[in-house]
Amino acid sequence: MISLTSPIRTWAHRVPAGFKLLALSVLTVLLFRLDLTGLVLAALGVACLYLSGGLAFAAQGALHLRMLWPFLLLIALWHGVTGQIQAGAAIALRLLAALALANFVTMTSRLTDMIAVLTWLLAPLRRLGLSTRAVELAIAMVLRFTPMLVENGQRLAMSWRARSRRRPNWRIVMPMAALALDDADHVAEALRARGGILPDIHRRD
Amino acid sequence: MERGMTRIALFAALIAALGLIPSLTLAFGVPITAQSMGVMLAGAILGAKRGALAVLLFMVLVALGLPLLAGGRGGLGAFVAPTSGFFLGWPVAAFVIGLIVERLRSGPLAVTVALASIIGGILVMYGFGIVGMSIALDKTLAECAVLVTAFVPGDIVKAVLTGLIAQALARSRPAALLSRQ
Repeated sequence: MISLTSPIRTWAHRVPAGFKLLALSVLTVLLFRLDLTGLVLAALGVACLYLSGGLAFAAQGALHLRMLWPFLLLIALWHGVTGQIQAGAAIALRLLAALALANFVTMTSRLTDMIAVLTWLLAPLRRLGLSTRAVELAIAMVLRFTPMLVENGQRLAMSWRARSRRRPNWRIVMPMAALALDDADHVAEALRARGGILPDIHRRD
Repeated sequence: MERGMTRIALFAALIAALGLIPSLTLAFGVPITAQSMGVMLAGAILGAKRGALAVLLFMVLVALGLPLLAGGRGGLGAFVAPTSGFFLGWPVAAFVIGLIVERLRSGPLAVTVALASIIGGILVMYGFGIVGMSIALDKTLAECAVLVTAFVPGDIVKAVLTGLIAQALARSRPAALLSRQ
């Protein structure tokens, strides 16, 4: 499955993902403390961050901000009517900077690096004696099964079209879910036949 | 153990798949994304605990950077957008729906699930969504509540459809209904 990591390599791809996540958390909290001048500077800083990866990278990043336009329009109308232009500008800049920063980390971190951070975060649980194998296996299973379930859905939609002149509707969700549950049971049996997901000492059933 | 885990994983994958297939049309031609129906179904079919875990697993994969949200969105940006409150409310919504279906055992399943989906998938989830919006847009809770009311009718339709789907699913796979076992 394709992740949202940018294929355009930047210097930020080489920065450890854990560090980027920590910096993101701190900076996002800070964004809520800044006044308008601070937010203008912050937004300029984020723009420079993107431009440091090249124009193509920055353009890709800007594309991810599209989802904000209804909210920016709303803020423009709202604050245009009430006359609180400065407050509106601050809100809009904060929205843009927060989303752009978060996207920056996602765009410059490979899936394997992010999974490594997650494994590290789960380490305390392992030290407590809990197995995190189930979590790791579950993540791998979702990655593997999502394209399969999409394919199931497309096949169901095709057989629907072969039988009806109307477009497939919500009824298709039921067989999709039923097939997913069947798959879950088959995989469970296969896992069990191969020794299960936990070592024998942890088994309760 | 294995069965519970694979069902959680497959339901997380189902939520993802429902967001990736093109939007479905209702009987009268209104397009809807089926993803939130997947969240409601997770609670209704898997029960409170497993349903919430399936949704959390899905959210972990979004956070890791996979474009699994309807419209191909995903990544860490999904957690800081104005609509992120709704997203963060998903596991709680699935939990509440599961809890209601587990406890309310009398009456037809379709009605119970629809009711549970309205309480969990609309009341609870909009609660989270409105708080998130009010933080992001710096507006009062009441102002944000007015902004999102336009989406309530569509979600009521989804809740009713989820009830019908859950009932059909319970008929074809009686053993799969973990919430009532």
